[in-house]
Amino acid sequence: MPRRPLARLASALGAGALLLAGCANPSTGSADDDPTKPVTLTFWHGWSEKNEVKAINDSIARFEKLHPNITVKSVGNVTDETINQALRAGGGDAPDVVTSFTTNNVGQYCSSGMWVDLDPFMEKTGLDKKKVFPKTLLDYTSYQGKQCALPLLADAYGMYYNKDAFKEAGIERPPRTMSELKRDAAKLTRRTKGGGLERVGFMPNFRLYQNSPDRLFAQWGPAYFDKDGKARLAKEGKIKAFYATVRDLIREQGGYGALETFRTSFGDEFSSQNAFLTGKLAMHLDGEWRGLFLKDAKFDWGTAPLPVPDDQADTYGRGFLTGTVTGIAHSSKHQNAAWELVRFLTADTDQVVAFANAIHNVPSTKAALTSPKLDPDPAFRAFLDIAQNKYSNALPPSVNGGQYVVSLRDFSYGVEAGKVHDLDKGLKELDDQIDADILQAQD
Amino acid sequence: MATTTTTAPALRRKRLRERLRTLGFLSPWLVGFTVFFGYPLVATVYFSFMHYNQIKAPTFVGLRNWRYVLEQMPLFGPALWNTLWLVVVMVALRVVFGLGIGLLITKIKSGAGFFRTAFYLPYLAPPVAATVAFVFLLNPGTGPVNDMLGKVGIDAPNWFNDPAWAKPSLVLLSLWGIGDLMVIFMAALLDVPKEQYEAAELDGAGAFTKFRYVTWPSITPIVMFAVVTGVVQTMQYYTQALVAGKLASGVSIGPGTVIEPGYPDHSTLTVPQLVYSLGFQNFNTGAACVLSLVLFAIAMAVTTLLMRRRAGLLSADD
Repeated sequence: MPRRPLARLASALGAGALLLAGCANPSTGSADDDPTKPVTLTFWHGWSEKNEVKAINDSIARFEKLHPNITVKSVGNVTDETINQALRAGGGDAPDVVTSFTTNNVGQYCSSGMWVDLDPFMEKTGLDKKKVFPKTLLDYTSYQGKQCALPLLADAYGMYYNKDAFKEAGIERPPRTMSELKRDAAKLTRRTKGGGLERVGFMPNFRLYQNSPDRLFAQWGPAYFDKDGKARLAKEGKIKAFYATVRDLIREQGGYGALETFRTSFGDEFSSQNAFLTGKLAMHLDGEWRGLFLKDAKFDWGTAPLPVPDDQADTYGRGFLTGTVTGIAHSSKHQNAAWELVRFLTADTDQVVAFANAIHNVPSTKAALTSPKLDPDPAFRAFLDIAQNKYSNALPPSVNGGQYVVSLRDFSYGVEAGKVHDLDKGLKELDDQIDADILQAQD
Repeated sequence: MATTTTTAPALRRKRLRERLRTLGFLSPWLVGFTVFFGYPLVATVYFSFMHYNQIKAPTFVGLRNWRYVLEQMPLFGPALWNTLWLVVVMVALRVVFGLGIGLLITKIKSGAGFFRTAFYLPYLAPPVAATVAFVFLLNPGTGPVNDMLGKVGIDAPNWFNDPAWAKPSLVLLSLWGIGDLMVIFMAALLDVPKEQYEAAELDGAGAFTKFRYVTWPSITPIVMFAVVTGVVQTMQYYTQALVAGKLASGVSIGPGTVIEPGYPDHSTLTVPQLVYSLGFQNFNTGAACVLSLVLFAIAMAVTTLLMRRRAGLLSADD
């Protein structure tokens, strides 16, 4: 190439590079606003069901009554993907207060600075987080000491079971250990005359509704990372027992192919065609909110903690914990006013109890968990006990959000289908993958 | 000499004016090319060497993103394989099927209008709606197709729920919407001079010989057009694969849900899906740019190869 065109090309590339170097998001917000002055806040949340939207709108109405100078513009059914993209894009319509239905992305939100650190706001307004929130919930809303989110109600996972089916099969109580689960699941599984599946005792398949490897694996109390932050699933002996249990359950109820084909006949989990509601599942892993959707069930149902491994029988009562989290967008220009909304939604005991009762979620403050105003429904109370069980556990936050959970999930799909023949090798590769992904996400 | 010295600047001015005029006419295209192709391409190359999470300023990381994509990302292999599989199988079958339907419709004497409409209509269905309908029809548990196949004693496959059948199911979907190619081939076939067929018939040529020596040479440029545009489109295959995977997985989609790309077992994961997932779900901009460049390089290589063939578009006027 002649020298002049080369020089022109180099100049063009240099100019482009300089232009691109300024691509960091410039829309940084501020915490200089006066929260007593009139202001309109934009609040993004994920609730979309009619009763849930009503409950959050009622909460906002209560807040606006307490803070007449603040108007809240509420936007529902917002996904994490939308939040992630919108906060990066910036712009005038970006939200001030954001929520996420999963704790998986907290590490990403905190480390990237997308959600602001809430500790200075708590200090400013005298909120002692350790006194207000349970430790597990504080852990899953912070990353490396940065509290960029607070819990906005929690979710505990347990078991829903069909009492009529239990009676018919001669089973007196829900299973407490994995051995009992396997035995009862096999008893409850029913076939059609043609040999197909009519009802499954307990379907462990990871793609079923709220099932996912991390939620079921929580019954074993796993440690995902070592003290240096390296993935340690290959060294975690519990994962082999977990996969063995899942494979046993699948084998004893008809095999992976038959179960997956049966699963494709299930309706949407939030519709009247939910497989538990239509009697296709006798026992089912789910969260505390499901009870609200089972009002029209044509059978008697109950709730209980999920079984635990036989060698950890003393941990019975535990479950997987997660929850909705809320925080303030880095681009918000009204961060002090936004904090008032976050503080009200997360730390006001009456508000937390009222909201928890309305949408059947687990309250996320110590005071609300012991409030006498909480819904006395025993099916709901079972989940409150799971939430307060000392062995219950949540996922550790990571710099790249829930990417390691996705990697675990992908690997687990192969295991449940019987496609992973060398588990040790597979787990080692999974660890390497998780470590590589984390390294890739670091600055 | 005096004349030469006075005309040279005038000539130069004239040439300059001509160049400026040409540039003026070209400027809309140049601006569009620079803004929508040149700049994004430079940006993609630039970010492929940067760590950039779209919040903090980009930082130079050398070849880290390239090593991550080419050596450490397990989904790169399946995504590339699926994309290339679709390029080879889907494009080839679409061209053959489109040409076959075109030939059939140009030959039939009565009802051609009905068949033209019947074959063209599916192409008008929005891709998402068409995919939803296909996933519903081919549902192994409740779909009518498997129900009917079962009634006649055929052990039906699990279609979009089986890694071995998911891609062929997508090919079926694409063949159903063959209307675009059918119309193009029909136009090309009707354009073949009738006298050549008559001359061939006088020489005693049969149907195959007429197709081989009369039809095919005439429509080759159109076939190449269909292949090249098909390759480029299939390299960008995204919507149908994503929708089919999401629906067939049966996983409820809502706030807090992480979608499994390429269900089942990544068999429908294509490179564009992976680019989106890396760039706009994981915000791993550098890796997404590397993947985009790999896709761009492959698309360019395949297209160049096809365009350089003697029977291709470039030699159409030979």
